[in-house]
Amino acid sequence: MLKTVGVKTLDDLFDAIPKEHRFPELDLPPALTEMEAAAHLADMASSNENVRQDLISFLGAGAYNHYIPSVVDHMLRRGEFYTAYTPYQPEISQGTLQAIFEYQSLMASLTGMEVSNASHYDGATATAEAVNLAFAQFRGKRKKIVMSPSVHPQYREVIRTYSQGMGLEEAGDDATNSGSGPEALMSLVDDKTMMVVVQYPDFFGRVYDYAKLIEDAHAKGALVCVVANPTALVMLKTPGEMGADVVVGEAQPFGIPLWYGGPYLGFFTTKKSYVHKMAGRLVGETVDARGNRSYVLTLTAREQHIKRERATSNICTNQGLLALAASVYMSTLGKQGLQEVANLCYQKAHYAANELAKVKGFSIKFDEPFFHEFVLQTPKPAGEVNQYLLDHGILGGYDLGADYPDMKNHLLVAVTEMNSKDEIDTLVEVLKEM
Amino acid sequence: MAEIVEPTIFELSSPGRRGVTMPASDVPTVDLPPKHLLRSELPLPELAEVDVVRHYMKLSSFNYSVDSGFYPLGSCTMKYNPKINEDTCRLPGFLFTHPLQPIETVQGNLALMYEMQEWLKEISGFAGVTLQPAAGAHGEFTGVLMMAAYHKLRGDTKRTKMLIPDAAHGTNPASVGMLGFTVVTIPSDSRGNVDLEKLKAACDDTVVGMMLTNPNTLGMFDEHIEEVVKLVKDCGGLMYGDGANLNALLGIVRPGDLGFDVMHFNLHKTFAVPHGGGGPGSGPVGVSQRLADFLPSPLVGIIEEGDDETAPLYGFVTPKNSIGRMKAFHGHFGGGLVRSYTYILMHGPDGLKDIAQYAVLNANYLQARLRGTYHIPYDRICMHEFVMEGKFEGSDVRALDISKRLMDYNFHPPTNYFPLIVPEALMIEPTETENKDTLDRFADALIKIAEEAKSQPDLLHNAPITTKFGRMDEVKAARELVLCCWLPENYEEMV
Repeated sequence: MLKTVGVKTLDDLFDAIPKEHRFPELDLPPALTEMEAAAHLADMASSNENVRQDLISFLGAGAYNHYIPSVVDHMLRRGEFYTAYTPYQPEISQGTLQAIFEYQSLMASLTGMEVSNASHYDGATATAEAVNLAFAQFRGKRKKIVMSPSVHPQYREVIRTYSQGMGLEEAGDDATNSGSGPEALMSLVDDKTMMVVVQYPDFFGRVYDYAKLIEDAHAKGALVCVVANPTALVMLKTPGEMGADVVVGEAQPFGIPLWYGGPYLGFFTTKKSYVHKMAGRLVGETVDARGNRSYVLTLTAREQHIKRERATSNICTNQGLLALAASVYMSTLGKQGLQEVANLCYQKAHYAANELAKVKGFSIKFDEPFFHEFVLQTPKPAGEVNQYLLDHGILGGYDLGADYPDMKNHLLVAVTEMNSKDEIDTLVEVLKEM
Repeated sequence: MAEIVEPTIFELSSPGRRGVTMPASDVPTVDLPPKHLLRSELPLPELAEVDVVRHYMKLSSFNYSVDSGFYPLGSCTMKYNPKINEDTCRLPGFLFTHPLQPIETVQGNLALMYEMQEWLKEISGFAGVTLQPAAGAHGEFTGVLMMAAYHKLRGDTKRTKMLIPDAAHGTNPASVGMLGFTVVTIPSDSRGNVDLEKLKAACDDTVVGMMLTNPNTLGMFDEHIEEVVKLVKDCGGLMYGDGANLNALLGIVRPGDLGFDVMHFNLHKTFAVPHGGGGPGSGPVGVSQRLADFLPSPLVGIIEEGDDETAPLYGFVTPKNSIGRMKAFHGHFGGGLVRSYTYILMHGPDGLKDIAQYAVLNANYLQARLRGTYHIPYDRICMHEFVMEGKFEGSDVRALDISKRLMDYNFHPPTNYFPLIVPEALMIEPTETENKDTLDRFADALIKIAEEAKSQPDLLHNAPITTKFGRMDEVKAARELVLCCWLPENYEEMV
């Protein structure tokens, strides 16, 4: 091969590299064989305490422990799916393309919206892209966003990072005003407001009907983005029915393991009229030269490889394999299975809340309806309660004091179908003894 | 009416069918929320598990993949993905840890992330690394945000211009556009290097920095890299390295040593995270000392030093002037970091250098075999990839036709029509995991296709003919915009 190339040694291929920096000695551990690496990684993994074998978990706050049907990973492990790239050559990528088209259809049906893109990195970045859509829609003429303090704190942080170059005016994002509902936001919406961002159920688990807020925001000319939990949407009125312009969220609960935070799946659905301003890949139906119904990436003129600095976003991937996971999850559980999951979450969370409210010193913070997550007021700082629970093998919940200074004695508790009655009773018993 | 090759999951649905069943509730039943808060219908498919499996198996059979054949897609580094990585990333201790667990319960994860930060620093010659960005483009945006924050903190607010070579990936200018900076395009010279005179003329005190892919998208290592870096730095700019092509540099040269200030890694290219049909990727970013305080938060650090008997305690730290958070939680831990960690661990320093050397050898071998049949506009020793023109004197055959015809020979086509500075570009990146036999079969096919272009051009215009699907009507897709399918109107009556 070297002879065909016309060089004597492999090193001769690198003459263009500045000599003093060529071939550095890398200080890395020596190579392990597969057998050794597998053992090493198994050691590292087992030094964690996980929520299936070691700990009882009531931790949610944006990532949820749900059952994943076996068939999901069997499909993800098909090399034809996971070792393919972006379907730039549709003749030999119809598997990926049809799977994305179906994913788009499933998400639009779930959220009650007209279109979905092929997905974003996660719920937080999908929300930031919704703000970008609003910025593009008003061509920078409106620069105010009204964000509820009960949108996930990390999502609000990501929006602030993303929008550093836009000169946005932010209102409503006041962590000391955490208890306020949607009415409090409306007074902040004016004719400079490009978008209102709310969460459903909100970060504290509360379920509001946003129809009135959306109607009022539209009267001022503003768009409304609803950040939604997909499991809750199986049961609850859809944001589409409420009139939302963009519905985004984190689809990790749909067949994606907790995986210490990623990769997850940001979904993005909207109305057809905003599709040209939407970021991210999009698959559309067409026909091939032989008359077969088929699918292609479409509206690519929005994207970075065509529009360069005028693109709607710099995004150049979607979470392809995880969109497939969500599709297989939804298809395998199907309508009835999903309703069972949602109902179990709802019933168990309400049982837990009712029992916890009976423990002396503890109470449920809010009266609003909730789905599978709620705020528990604690007699001591939530951090101390969590430490006590951890000593008993329980992940108690999310300590809200970290993000909301007036909620130091509050835990955000999540309950899913994975929590048995015994686990809930154990939580209650341990707290009684505290 | 189009023929239906495989019905959609909605078309396969039938009322009352079900796949996996959930257990009955073990708690007392309470009332559902008030009716006005409930959805009126749930129009999702209903199938038996076997129907779901057969549907997706059928779809999988419509895909070309690295596991099924040679995938020389330039700039995408479609190397073989070792199977062991699929097992390590699914170990229960990784799969079932929640991102908000107390650090004491996830020391294995944090140790892996800490080591990964250290290894990427060592491989690239940088002072700091964030693992948070979700993909290469996300890493780019992170890098540009840090460059902006660096100038802003110094009060150097007149810097608004980003210098970008004409060969750059579209994500570079798009990342810059997201911050409202102006892009100044720098042309390439006749050897595929940055045109130094043009660069000199563009360098002034309004320059944020330069985004350079090196080796660039022509597969060329810039022969004046040190002058380029010096020109940008002398005018007060920062050097961004697009790490898309890092596969060519492992153990060969470290971008940090060359004076780059910031670079994103594409773990899904260089370190064998499978591409997943277009994602998820993973795009950590490395920075020089002067940008280290601007990294996104949080990073993994050592909270309490260890000693001979006890391991250190790992936890999260926030850099002093952090640009903030780029995504929720800690990056693509399971799918990205665990697989890459396993890959680096199994290669070690010598194995990493082998990767780059064989990737470069394979590309040069293919280039040598195709020289003479195809015109190679920038013809010198290349790095991991090279670009040739997919057109012939006196023929109306285009790069697209050649790409489609390659499918008939059971190869995935190269990247076509990129970089934009080469007419009818075909960009070929074989990677290190292919053997000489595969490369020869691929070169033979391309030489045969060049003959066909002259003798039977319609074979190319009508290609592919042996694949399950023919060429697509992309205009129809964009005009009609059918983006979703639904359950039929009369679905409930279909039982």
